[in-house]
Amino acid sequence: MKITGSELLVKALIAEGVQHLFGFPGGVVIPIFDTLYSAPQIKVVLTRHEQGAVHAADGYARSTGRTGVCLVTSGPGATNTVTGIATANFDSVPIVCFTGQVSRDMIGNDAFQEADIVGITRPITKHNYLVLERADLGRIIKEAFTLAASGRPGPVLVDLPVDVVRELGDPEYPESVSIRGYNPVYRGHAGQIRKAAQALRKARRPLFYAGGGIHIAGAVETFRKIVQKTGVPVVSSLMGIGSLPGDHPLDLGMLGMHGTYQSNMAVTHCDLLFAVGTRFDDRATGDLSKFAPEATIVHVDIDPVSISRNVAVEIPIVGDALQVLEQLEPLLEPPSIDGWLRTIQEWRREHPLTVSNQGSSLLTPEKIIQAICKLYPQAIVCTEVGQNQMWTALFYTFRHSRSLLTSGGLGTMGYGFPAAIGAQMGNPGRTVIDIAGDGSIQMNIQELATAVHNGLPVIVAILNNGYLGMVRQWQQLFYKRRYSSSCLMTGADCPPQCPGPGETCPVYTPDFVKLAEAYGAVGMRVRRPEEIEPALTEAGKSRNRPVFIDFIVERELNVFPMVAPGAGISEMIFSEEGRK
Amino acid sequence: MKRVLSLLVENHQGVLSRIAGLFSGRGYNLESITAGVTTDPQITRITLVCQGDDSVFAQIKKQLQKLIDVIKVTDLTEARALHRELALLKIKARSTDRGEIFQVADVFRARVLDVGLDCMVMEVTGASEKIDDFAAVLAPYGILEIARSGLISVERGKKQ
Repeated sequence: MKITGSELLVKALIAEGVQHLFGFPGGVVIPIFDTLYSAPQIKVVLTRHEQGAVHAADGYARSTGRTGVCLVTSGPGATNTVTGIATANFDSVPIVCFTGQVSRDMIGNDAFQEADIVGITRPITKHNYLVLERADLGRIIKEAFTLAASGRPGPVLVDLPVDVVRELGDPEYPESVSIRGYNPVYRGHAGQIRKAAQALRKARRPLFYAGGGIHIAGAVETFRKIVQKTGVPVVSSLMGIGSLPGDHPLDLGMLGMHGTYQSNMAVTHCDLLFAVGTRFDDRATGDLSKFAPEATIVHVDIDPVSISRNVAVEIPIVGDALQVLEQLEPLLEPPSIDGWLRTIQEWRREHPLTVSNQGSSLLTPEKIIQAICKLYPQAIVCTEVGQNQMWTALFYTFRHSRSLLTSGGLGTMGYGFPAAIGAQMGNPGRTVIDIAGDGSIQMNIQELATAVHNGLPVIVAILNNGYLGMVRQWQQLFYKRRYSSSCLMTGADCPPQCPGPGETCPVYTPDFVKLAEAYGAVGMRVRRPEEIEPALTEAGKSRNRPVFIDFIVERELNVFPMVAPGAGISEMIFSEEGRK
Repeated sequence: MKRVLSLLVENHQGVLSRIAGLFSGRGYNLESITAGVTTDPQITRITLVCQGDDSVFAQIKKQLQKLIDVIKVTDLTEARALHRELALLKIKARSTDRGEIFQVADVFRARVLDVGLDCMVMEVTGASEKIDDFAAVLAPYGILEIARSGLISVERGKKQ
């Protein structure tokens, strides 16, 4: 019996085990939403903006490891997904995004709500499709799910003309597809792996560089086993955080622009850098000519493109992090590196991470994040982008895989809150916390309605300093404290050149407590360090309502350590005065 | 350095745009690109000429290979391969110059396709350098228009 395209789509979603679909309807996708209306297996989460839908699907996918699914309409619905898709693409997140399209005979005619979304998203998807024949629909959906989750995962977009969706046709959804141009390599080359093992045995100053690929591949257990067996210390990229528990003696923390002193020094002085599942992003490497200058570099990655792109690699291994590490493990022996470990200990002591205004009555982000970590050590933590993100990376001790959700590559403000909504959907029993800035939380604040309507007890900790803090930090350090457009309190009466924050600054808007309450969420405000833990404890008691905590923090605090843009990663600044 | 790549790709709509977009989006230098269907109607062969040092070229090959619609990437730069380009040239040719132009055409094995009162159209095939040379020799007469096909290449021998 023939079925409509939309019936086949819903059948396919059920076959793929999709339980949550994040979306927003519109003209050309009404038929699909109509079919979904009688599919109780799939919970449709109606966000308040299509960008929120994609970030929610992304947070769902990153936290669960399953593919996130979105459905939006044509034209503006589709173009609103662009930032979400680019975010997922950069961080290798499996998403299938279905967009409505005008009917085939209208395509190209500038029809109402028409946009060439396949053309627009070509460079920011792993692959995308415009379905031009009803007969191809089943195969294309299967290919989309296959591509999204396999190899180096990523978003796949499927554009569905409304007449294809309505057309009757083949009811079959294929169980598998083969794509002849797509053959990701999972198993590492045995000879290369032997070479890597030998290099690690011989090294005197070896270092693991853990990337997000370790989480994506589900390789955390194996990686920890290898670290335990070899005793080799570990630095992480932002995405690799949690590969080793943050309080493990061999975990040196994050490397890069806001990396720890011991991490950046270890990278600079190691003789073997063993990188797994990372892209050698410029925020991690700094000046390439000063990056790991003494090291032989081993690089394991499933994406050949990532290898030897920024940094020349002596021992490349193309493959899946889990498989390669499993192949490698039996070949490893602990190298003798006591001297190296002692040097690292000295670096640790030399410049430990410091909490600004420790012991004083001033409220600072570091104190808040440490309290969150103390009270909710098992939480899924989302961040927005900027200072909040870097403070979280440095001051929350991550112990579990897939527990830090952050936009690493694209650096998308407004990612964290909708991602938290998706993560809470996929992990109903867990505490989900978004650590936000007062700037970035406003970029997708409309999703408060989504969280309230779905009864999600997401906690949003707003580090409210009234600034776009990271921009302000750069302006303070590198632009002579000229706070051009970075102050979120700027009003009509402010002088053209701000003398700095003070008593005369305009009242901050919005009032996040009232705003939360207006949406039916819980709002709290915290001004003093002793109020942090009671507020967080109270927030944790909410069972079905989101909680916004407006932490009024010191206005001009900076994230340290810091490497100035363009400098080598060992050239670190530890205070405002440290800036030459 | 100039490089030649031969690709086998799915004969899907949008494939050329994916490849061209890859070059423009990543700042690679694409000199020419030609496409035509193979004996298998589902597969198109694309020949492209690009510029880049070794590391850029290695990236180009890997990035192309990464495209889902690209089935195979072959580097013909150093291979035993035949490279040909076709050009059509419209040349200013007064009757007094025609004889000379015919002689030049003969040397380059160009064919005269059309002769008008004061211009003529010629077709020439060969390696890109030969076409450059031909155009250079004719330049003094005045080239009114030139249309070049871009390079197409196949490897010698049986191996596909």
